[in-house]
Amino acid sequence: MLQNFINAYSPDNLRYLFGGLGITLLVSVISIIGSFIIGAILGVIRYVKIKYVSAVVGVVIDVIRNLPLILILFFTYFGLPNLGVKPEIIPAAILAMTIFESTMLAEIVRSGIQAVDSGQMEGARANGLTYWQGLWYIVLPQALVKMIPAIVSQFISLVKDTSLATIILLPEMLFRSQIIYGQNTNYIIPMFVAIAAMYFVVCYLLSLLARHLEKRQA
Amino acid sequence: MISIFQNYGGTLLYGLGQTLLCSLIALVLSLIIGTFFALLEESPSKLARGIARVYIEIFRNIPLLVITMFFFVVFPLYIVKMNGFTAGTIGLTLYTSSFIAETVRAGIKSVDPGQMEGARANGLSFWQSMRYIVLPQAFRYVIPPLGNQFVNLVKNSSTLAFVGGFDLMYQGNVIASSSLQTIAAYSTIGVLYLVITLPISYYMRYLEKRLA
Repeated sequence: MLQNFINAYSPDNLRYLFGGLGITLLVSVISIIGSFIIGAILGVIRYVKIKYVSAVVGVVIDVIRNLPLILILFFTYFGLPNLGVKPEIIPAAILAMTIFESTMLAEIVRSGIQAVDSGQMEGARANGLTYWQGLWYIVLPQALVKMIPAIVSQFISLVKDTSLATIILLPEMLFRSQIIYGQNTNYIIPMFVAIAAMYFVVCYLLSLLARHLEKRQA
Repeated sequence: MISIFQNYGGTLLYGLGQTLLCSLIALVLSLIIGTFFALLEESPSKLARGIARVYIEIFRNIPLLVITMFFFVVFPLYIVKMNGFTAGTIGLTLYTSSFIAETVRAGIKSVDPGQMEGARANGLSFWQSMRYIVLPQAFRYVIPPLGNQFVNLVKNSSTLAFVGGFDLMYQGNVIASSSLQTIAAYSTIGVLYLVITLPISYYMRYLEKRLA
């Protein structure tokens, strides 16, 4: 058994697995940045209540939030080619993750804005700022600080959810571990231990960060 | 989409049934396990708190799919044979139970500590006070987040598709590849997922507002 572990963790295999971790993190980081930008826009639209637009955005957000991410992955990777667009695997994974996560972040942004004392906006308006200036310079910066722990938590689930993209053959950790143990069944347990440990370390450290940020705010 | 319903109605219904069955089983089991670990975390024993902490952190921080694959790949090899549905449901249960434990614990914390003190002062033991005084009050706060966990559970049950669990997502793939109408097939199962998840999310949002 021990020998299996030693053989399974050969330098080549480890390099291959860590490469998978790199892809997991790459996809997660790009997706979280993209979804923060889109989510912020959607969240603000939903918050400011523009006639019809906000309602439509709200429905779209609710629909996407309530679908499984796997379904969205399938849509982007297997559905889009039917419409004439054929994305590569990594862009397809990033696209699906961004679509899904931006709806989650929209809700975080909206509740962040709502958590800012309404006196802040009134004060800004009383000092001669327009509604949008008040939102941009006074309310949003304060809301952002309140959102950060929730965004970090969302990033954790994004990192975990990246594993679902193995279904469209994204070469991340889980996928690569399957390739390694596919060659030698003795490596199954060492591989599961390795990827579980890698996911755990990354996500646990992030969750400590989220908790620390939350405490500092309270 | 209509033609998909007409041609594959039975397959879709079967998938929907499997998805619901798996989600309900996982909900009940993870509620029991989650509450158990939440109580351990709030118990006076340091050892019990440590065990609960380790359990919760492990299953919160490892992807659901890795847990499910573990039961699907490793268990049959060394311990006991199981089909995709069982492996998927076990994975879902363990994963969700760690989130439910956190939810229930937050609920327990939101109950005024005076309730526990009062119960103890009236001669109830720690566990009696928990069981009869604190938990019933905690569950009132916990219902909206639990409902949201159920929505997550239904969505996450789509991981059964990875292990041949014959759930909605799996059937969607079968239909997409046999009918070649990829977009129509995925849209159809999307609608079926929404039929379950949207009403629950909206109802929970309503309950949250009423409680606040």
